[in-house]
Amino acid sequence: MQDFGAAFGEAFALLLGFDPALMEIIGLSLRVSLTAVFISALIGLPLGAVLGVSRFRGRALVLVLLNTLMGLPPVVVGLLVYLTLSNAGPLGPLALLYTPTAMIIAQSILVTPIVAALARQTIEDMHAEYDEQLRILGVGRGGMVATLLWDARYSLLTAMLAGFGRAIAEVGAVLIVGGNIHHVTRVMTTAIALETSKGNLALALGLGVVLLLLAVVINAAVMGLRATAARWAHA
Amino acid sequence: MPFDAPTPDRKDGQVLPIIGRGLVLERAGRRIIDNVDLAIESGGISIIMGPNGAGKSVLLRLLTGLLNPDAGSVSWAGRRPDRTRAPSVGLVFQKPVLLRRSALANIRYVLRGAGRAERRRRAEQALARAGLGHLARSPARMLSGGEQQRLALARALAPDPDVLLLDEPCANLDPAAAGAIEALIRDARDRGTRIVLVTHDVAQARRLADDVTFLHDGRIVEQTPAASFFDKPSSSAGRAYLDGRLLID
Amino acid sequence: MTCIRHLLLPALAAALVAAAGPASAAEKFITVQSTTSTQNSGLFDYLLPKFSAKTGIEVRVVAVGTGQAIKNARNGDGDVLLVHAKAAEEKFVAEGFGVKRFDLMYNDFVIVGPAADPAKVGGMTDAMAALKKIAAARAPFASRGDDSGTHKKEISLWKTTGIDVAAASGTWYRETGSGMGATLNTGVGMGAYVLTDRATWIAFKNKADFRIQVEGDKKLFNQYGIILVNRERHKNVKAEWGQAFVDWMLGPDGQAAIASYKVDGQQLFFPNARPGS
Repeated sequence: MQDFGAAFGEAFALLLGFDPALMEIIGLSLRVSLTAVFISALIGLPLGAVLGVSRFRGRALVLVLLNTLMGLPPVVVGLLVYLTLSNAGPLGPLALLYTPTAMIIAQSILVTPIVAALARQTIEDMHAEYDEQLRILGVGRGGMVATLLWDARYSLLTAMLAGFGRAIAEVGAVLIVGGNIHHVTRVMTTAIALETSKGNLALALGLGVVLLLLAVVINAAVMGLRATAARWAHA
Repeated sequence: MPFDAPTPDRKDGQVLPIIGRGLVLERAGRRIIDNVDLAIESGGISIIMGPNGAGKSVLLRLLTGLLNPDAGSVSWAGRRPDRTRAPSVGLVFQKPVLLRRSALANIRYVLRGAGRAERRRRAEQALARAGLGHLARSPARMLSGGEQQRLALARALAPDPDVLLLDEPCANLDPAAAGAIEALIRDARDRGTRIVLVTHDVAQARRLADDVTFLHDGRIVEQTPAASFFDKPSSSAGRAYLDGRLLID
Repeated sequence: MTCIRHLLLPALAAALVAAAGPASAAEKFITVQSTTSTQNSGLFDYLLPKFSAKTGIEVRVVAVGTGQAIKNARNGDGDVLLVHAKAAEEKFVAEGFGVKRFDLMYNDFVIVGPAADPAKVGGMTDAMAALKKIAAARAPFASRGDDSGTHKKEISLWKTTGIDVAAASGTWYRETGSGMGATLNTGVGMGAYVLTDRATWIAFKNKADFRIQVEGDKKLFNQYGIILVNRERHKNVKAEWGQAFVDWMLGPDGQAAIASYKVDGQQLFFPNARPGS
């Protein structure tokens, strides 16, 4: 397949040329997915932590549900968000459909269960270690959650990275709610889908290589930060 | 900004005497604590001794309110244990559980209510008293075993508790580190903190004890001033224990 | 905990507002629900800047299958509908979702297939006869299967042959359930004949050894229509700007622009708006 060689050629030509269209698409991809991960963290981390320290009837069911939601098909999420944001839908008047905001909402829905479920596991393990010590200090439920979240912060970065990986790589949801509109809602994955459908396989694959490089850079940056900071904070 | 314990260290009430009455705790059909009455009043160092499985750690957890008894009751100065008075009851575990923060932050965590500068001053003071002043910025979990236990002790003492319970705090430490812990315990006693220490180390018990409670099979079989326990224990179990004969029933 | 709760909502709101950023702040724009063929062929990239330069109105194109485009427009998620399935478009207008339908331009469909041409249909100009030969040879045929304009056309052609393709689905007749480009990729991959609009085919870059095997039948005519979505059904429709777009496309400037768009020297779309309509 000559497409493989051509793909790397395309990828480097795109990157080295600082192709403005590509830079715009990369920028939007990062903006949408990073914002979605940020929002997911705001919701998912406390949610996961509360689940990690709580014992209540039906908890097992909630955990099964949460773990199941980690596998939400992006297309289904896209469809649900579309139906909600469509002019014919309940939130139509907000005019959010086919905007980056709609894409962020959809990806947040995809990523939140991942962050919450992974955070729940991390926090639950740490809670087993901290529980008696914090209770003897008179720390209540809320303080316990806050303390665990803070002390687990470097481990929780991994959960957020997993969420980011999901967000930056998915196409099903952003395609439906974003519409892949040039200069408005086109991101890396929808651009790859478009170039594929145009038969520009080398260019599509080249964009795929760029996307991977992007993910490598972000993962390396976060892991580097984590390693440095974690070495400092605990062992 | 690290989150700190949202409880005031200001004493909302006295906790002494701590009294356990008719305490029973069962696990898996076995009586781990079997009808124990115990009173911890002000002043001095009490040692709780007894063979493995006698129920010593469980008893400490009952007295601190970490565990609820199946029968009987625990009272702190006449009332049930409650979270607001928890800072007045310190507990140090055999294996210290330190927060994943600096040594100083571990102590600051338990100081609340006072202003930022005041908390910092008190935390530094507590660290210095434990001989850890030079390690204030070090990650707590990077300290040596002895340093970690001293830090745990310093943290338990920082809120100036009325009573401090210690569960074999020197079990994993070399003699020098154990000596440092003992010095801290004496220092706390001298500043008016009531000490309850669980230990297997007879020599350590001799050095520190004002009185000894001997626990066997979940029951208190002897409770006497230190001198009489070590010279001529009245119970056969206590004698056997001091002679180094294992008690397996 | 309280501090988390107090931070949460404002932080969420701030994140959304910040992320909504410049793109959605665009002042003057309309949304056009259209088909993949017009987008993938590059026509919009050529046309829209001309329109925007003249009017200052940005045009945002959502390119999906005709069936989905119509559905989206019915939901009010577009100001203008530009598709190619006349019957469905007229139904859309009749039901009050569109103001009026206009012929805009046309091209034609072709049947492409591998050079080996297992059904021996190369050079035929009778689409019905060619499809019959393909069916008789049980040569693989890749169908869009997605309720798009092209799919509707293909189904209507099969109907004239009297062959029940639904019964053959999964054997030699394969429904990809995806867009034109994806179906062409699939067809090329499995050596299957594909009915495609000529514009997409000419602009398609992954032809391998595929070529046009059947063309020139009047039945393969492909008419595109343009419709302003009815503001009476969806009050948020930007009727004024949408109308400006429709007028420009139907007018001399738009029609000339359509005619002048070429790929590899070939004209892809032929304007046929009736003047004064």
